[in-house]
Amino acid sequence: MAILQQVIFVCLTGISVWLFTKKAGEIKRNVFLGLPENLNNNPSARWKNLFLLALGQKKMFKNQLVACMHLVVYGGFIIINLEVLEIVLDGILGTHRLFVPALGPVYLWLLNAFEFLAATVILVCATFLIRRNVLKLKRFASKDLNGWPRSDANYILFTEIVLMSLFLTMNACDLILQSKGTEHYHATGNFFFSGMISPLFSGLHIDGLIMIERTCWWLHIAGIFAFLNYLPYSKHLHIILAFPNAYYARLEPLGKLKNMPAVQNEVLYAMQPELAPTDAAAPARFGAKDIFDLSWKSLLDAYSCTECGRCTAACPANSTGKLLSPRKIMMATRDRLEAVGKNINENKSFIDDQKSLLHNYISVEELRACTTCNACVEACPVSIAPLDIIMELRRSLIMEESNAPQEWNGTFSNIENNFAPWKFSPDDRDAWVAEM
Amino acid sequence: MKINTMAEMMQNGETPEILFWVGCAGSFDQRAQKITKAFATILNKVGINYAILGKEEACTGDPARRAGNEFLFQMMAYQNIQVLNGYGIKKIVTTCPHCFNTLKNEYPELGGTYEVIHHTTLLQQLIDEGKIKLKDSGAFKGKKISYHDSCYLGRSNNIYEAPRKVLEALDAELVEMKRCRSNGLCCGAGGAQMFKEDEKGEKRINIERADEALETGASIIASACPFCNTMMTDGVKNREKEDTVAVLDIAEMIAASME
Repeated sequence: MAILQQVIFVCLTGISVWLFTKKAGEIKRNVFLGLPENLNNNPSARWKNLFLLALGQKKMFKNQLVACMHLVVYGGFIIINLEVLEIVLDGILGTHRLFVPALGPVYLWLLNAFEFLAATVILVCATFLIRRNVLKLKRFASKDLNGWPRSDANYILFTEIVLMSLFLTMNACDLILQSKGTEHYHATGNFFFSGMISPLFSGLHIDGLIMIERTCWWLHIAGIFAFLNYLPYSKHLHIILAFPNAYYARLEPLGKLKNMPAVQNEVLYAMQPELAPTDAAAPARFGAKDIFDLSWKSLLDAYSCTECGRCTAACPANSTGKLLSPRKIMMATRDRLEAVGKNINENKSFIDDQKSLLHNYISVEELRACTTCNACVEACPVSIAPLDIIMELRRSLIMEESNAPQEWNGTFSNIENNFAPWKFSPDDRDAWVAEM
Repeated sequence: MKINTMAEMMQNGETPEILFWVGCAGSFDQRAQKITKAFATILNKVGINYAILGKEEACTGDPARRAGNEFLFQMMAYQNIQVLNGYGIKKIVTTCPHCFNTLKNEYPELGGTYEVIHHTTLLQQLIDEGKIKLKDSGAFKGKKISYHDSCYLGRSNNIYEAPRKVLEALDAELVEMKRCRSNGLCCGAGGAQMFKEDEKGEKRINIERADEALETGASIIASACPFCNTMMTDGVKNREKEDTVAVLDIAEMIAASME
């Protein structure tokens, strides 16, 4: 019987790791559908970003209370994984609390720390659920999240509460079984938090207790495996991708837009034809119409977004009622990327589906509302740059489709002919000097 | 007051310490011209050897690039870099954060590398060095002033302190808006929005920002960008507060307070 459980456990672990690896590979493939961009320079600055922004969650601390709550959930997630190591080894080896003999009194101390985290994770996740569903904070009540994204957030919080409750219940039953001297249940000393709820189960018979303890153990670990495989389909993927995303964040001043060497050269050759190579090939496309034309970093950005909406809350266009929402830009990019990925899975390579990121997923009106103020980029805790995507799509609109509002066409022609965005004579540029 | 162009200086075999890049707003917009004149007055008073490009200056291409018109941007950049490099320009000061950002961050990879500083940084240096001497009881002493961060100085280039240091030198009472420094709210002009109507919405961005500034109870809104200045002025007018609240560039305030 015991060996059967071990076999089932090993199969379960194998399948969930295999499924996760497969999906992770798909995400990696999708990210590299984007254009190459070398972001490996200055590794010391990049490691610093990784430690400060991803590990240290520096930007979250713009709001201290929320940052602390988030830190509890995050810490809980990382640290409780140490306990998962024991659970997995127990599952494979058919042991129970494998680390008790080796760790001795340290085990009790560790378990109490895990239980403290589990209890606070439950409290914080409940608070987060209330913020989202009862208090309906503006960021979360936004129409950006209508449908699946809002459920996604609730499923995650709910699952975390369930997983932590299973963990505490399992320990509570374990304590009673220990006190009754049940076989396999080593004495560990009293766990503080599960000790508080163990009286709830004290009336049960040993068989009943073992059944609850085992059920919680299995559901807890199966839940963790299920959650692992849910991550790639969820906004919660940020717990992994925040790290590479912080590392590969652009290091230049935010005000610097990405240069377009192809256009630079076209202009150079027009001005100095003697420099033009005879075999100069025209660039394929200006700006981005679809995800294939964006940098791979923008696509990694899309998968790293956890839809918190800090960008949109900071966006001047959005907060004055315009259609633009930087969060929605990121969500639309991921949706399109997923659709393209699915298309590739089904057809082996991408088959034109008569759709594109521009127009089908992101509208002209949204793009036109951006003031390029970088508030969204500054606000993002996981180093996402929605402005990069907005700019590339704007470039496509103007240079591929000549799609500009009438006033901008006037501005362009003034800049070209009068060297200023307004229609003044260039001869009057220094007219102010005469008035000094 | 004599203001030399690079061409004139070159003819006389002179080289200025620094080029004053005036920018399109500073050159043509009537309100922004006052900022230009105030800054030129300061430079003259301090005795800095500077020049302007005059008719040879052209739009840096910033609004074109941010609207998405890279071709036009590259054309303007090519033209300006030819002129700047032709004169062997080493150092540039400008009163426009948009020109500042483009010249400083975007021209180098196109072949135009200069030391570029914003006028608020230069003003701070001149005050620190004792070259700008301010009146003991200037017009702004004890006045409540709120500084509006320009996105292209602040978030884009991390310049938050210089403008505030200059204002502190005026012995004024600095009050911050709800959203300031890296959280500062845009005036609504950037990304070529200055040159088109707003998209559909509930409120204009400049009115939202003017409301935040008015909430502080400041009698002066200090700006460091000609476009922010226009936007904030319009916002204050929209709320019919132009008689009690002034929108002034930091250069104008310094020029009015110098001995």
